Amino acid sequence: MYARTVPIVPASREKDGAFEYLTTRKDELIGWARKFSIFPYPFVTACCAMEFMAVSASPYDTDRFGAALPRFSPRQADLLMVVGTVTHKQAPILLKVYEQMCEPKWVMAFGVCATSGGFYQNYAALPGIDKVIPVDIYIPGCPPRPEMVIDGIMQLQDKIAGSRHLIVNDKI
Amino acid sequence: MSASMPIFDTLQERLAPTAGSGLVSHGILVFALPPDALLPTVRQLRDEHGFDVFLDVTAVDWIEQVPRFEVVYHFYSTAHKVRVRLKTRVAEADPGVDSLTPLYGSAAFMERECHDMYGIRFRGNADLRPILLYEGFVGHPLRKDYPKQQEQPLVPYRS
Amino acid sequence: MDAPFRPIANPVRSIYEQTLREDSVVVNIGPSHPATHGTVQIIAELDGERVLRSDIHCGYLHRGFEKECEDHTWHNLIPYVDRLNYVSALINDFAYCAAVEELMGVQITPRCRYLRTLLSEYSRLVDHITCLAAGLMELGAMTAFLYLVMIRDYMYEHLAALTGARVTYTYGRIGGLARDLPAGWLARMEEILVQYEEFVARVHALVDRNRIFIDRMRNVGVISTAEALSYGYTGVILRSTGVPRDLRKDTPYLAYAELDFDVPVGIKGDNYDRYFVRMREMDESVYMMRQLAQMLPEGPINVDDRRCSFPEKHLVYTEIESLINHFKLVMDGPAVPAGEAYVAHESPNGELGFYLVSTGGGTPYKVHCRAPSFVHMGGVHLMLNGGQLADIVPTFGSINMIGGECDR
Repeated sequence: MYARTVPIVPASREKDGAFEYLTTRKDELIGWARKFSIFPYPFVTACCAMEFMAVSASPYDTDRFGAALPRFSPRQADLLMVVGTVTHKQAPILLKVYEQMCEPKWVMAFGVCATSGGFYQNYAALPGIDKVIPVDIYIPGCPPRPEMVIDGIMQLQDKIAGSRHLIVNDKI
Repeated sequence: MSASMPIFDTLQERLAPTAGSGLVSHGILVFALPPDALLPTVRQLRDEHGFDVFLDVTAVDWIEQVPRFEVVYHFYSTAHKVRVRLKTRVAEADPGVDSLTPLYGSAAFMERECHDMYGIRFRGNADLRPILLYEGFVGHPLRKDYPKQQEQPLVPYRS
Repeated sequence: MDAPFRPIANPVRSIYEQTLREDSVVVNIGPSHPATHGTVQIIAELDGERVLRSDIHCGYLHRGFEKECEDHTWHNLIPYVDRLNYVSALINDFAYCAAVEELMGVQITPRCRYLRTLLSEYSRLVDHITCLAAGLMELGAMTAFLYLVMIRDYMYEHLAALTGARVTYTYGRIGGLARDLPAGWLARMEEILVQYEEFVARVHALVDRNRIFIDRMRNVGVISTAEALSYGYTGVILRSTGVPRDLRKDTPYLAYAELDFDVPVGIKGDNYDRYFVRMREMDESVYMMRQLAQMLPEGPINVDDRRCSFPEKHLVYTEIESLINHFKLVMDGPAVPAGEAYVAHESPNGELGFYLVSTGGGTPYKVHCRAPSFVHMGGVHLMLNGGQLADIVPTFGSINMIGGECDR
């Protein structure tokens, strides 16, 4: 039902021709810049917030990934970190925040409650945020250890670095 | 917290006309009273006996019994350092009790929650909007006949 | 976009149809907001920067705890109980286990009693550290946040050495605890407490007599004693108004009757008092933990009662009675006699009570948590009305509303 307006396209393997060489170099440069300057929007709800606070502070710092400064306005953020359980009452708010973010944007499901509803399989909790918004990286754990979160951020950085960044039109 | 606390004896004696006899269960004095006796008993507890903290109101759904709902109140006295529990029964057809909002400010939110979860109507509480649930939720989830996994999503699921 | 436009549903209804003044503005704060601790929405009517009236909407984290409890055995719902007040998860565990033990008539062993007291105070320390760290960060004092979260991280790792988890431990068991202390745990605890005292001294030096901090917190978010009692406030907020009520002193449970500690109170019921009461309570907790580390007796952790305690693994594999006991405890749950009980412990937020109704059998008929945060939300408008918009941030932080507990 909901489609991204600018899809994230994984890099293709063909590298023939000078034009493709230049666009690949452009993608690598922009990928490098984007992966090291992530502005997270911490959509914090529940217990995982404790581990989110721990991973943003010492000794597990997210600042060394360039992802320390949270932007509490969705217009200024590019990574929506959904931290904790999202209930049916909160789901419209999540969708509104997601839609207000500008491209390119990524979504991280932090914790099992955001991934799949966790062990709250009842009338109140949304069984996973991917029921309402598309998710790029899932970090399981209840709550996940900070090392897992950092691993998730690094995998997301690989994904950002390796994708095509269409900045001029839908081909370049 | 033994059964021979003098305050419990005083309460049992003074509240007998309105609330009936009470018994001490696990350190708390419990009264089972009819719904009409609720407001005068609570007023007496607060004004004469110093039960200044209204701790909690909740309900129990005895689905196979008639009357179906049992509304349970807990009070605490900071002076005597004891707790009292009041229980009344209301029927399914008209689950209404008097609201305690004129006596305690905390009754507002707690009665809203009880109404949300069980459908108990508190007469005199002007604001019974959903507090834990949302506008458009049909039913009262903590009733025994509400299936646990019946979801009512506000946002339609994608694919 | 090919899909037809469908407006997003609104989960709440505001009661401010008619504004009080011609020129006042109704503003929505939250529920996805850094300062409302995740999931509270405040619909405020403002006259410029002054709040005329405010309407608090919680429930955005209602996860159906009570309904889940009716489907699980008495043991299986300990993880759910943990996630109520998730900053001090051990106190929830112990309060719930105490309620079930009261219903069953089980007496815990002396070592378990002292250890539960020590871990309750440890959890209280972690809760107050988190509350102060978040509150100070929202005022802009990032340094204090970093110091406090660093020491909290040492505590998390220390508790992980004991329980296996950093944040939500699932360590309490009916009739005892999951496992005993590992070797060297108490020595490490003393090291952490020494380092804690050094860090907290730095936070005191940075913040206590800071002109900006005092201007932002003194006489802001004031609540009077009468209002606090009427609106059901217990715990730090009631003590900050000057009322020395603390369940650990008034109705002692666990090992609190044998400990020497003070109950700090405030004078005015404003944000500064709540900050200082929390700081002093942390000092009292450290003092209690040191006393308990000396007093801890030897002995078994779990009571030797086969109605609730799991038998030793080697017996389960060799004796048929232990095997059946284990099987029944896991599959059906401990048989709790019919009845009801309400047991309350002093959590860092106030009176945390569990009201349990049992009809015999291994699954509860009803589990209700009397959450202090939820009751406190009912009176927050008293503290916000009449203040400035920017004062909402420190006031809300000083109440320590924990979403898991408030919405259950």
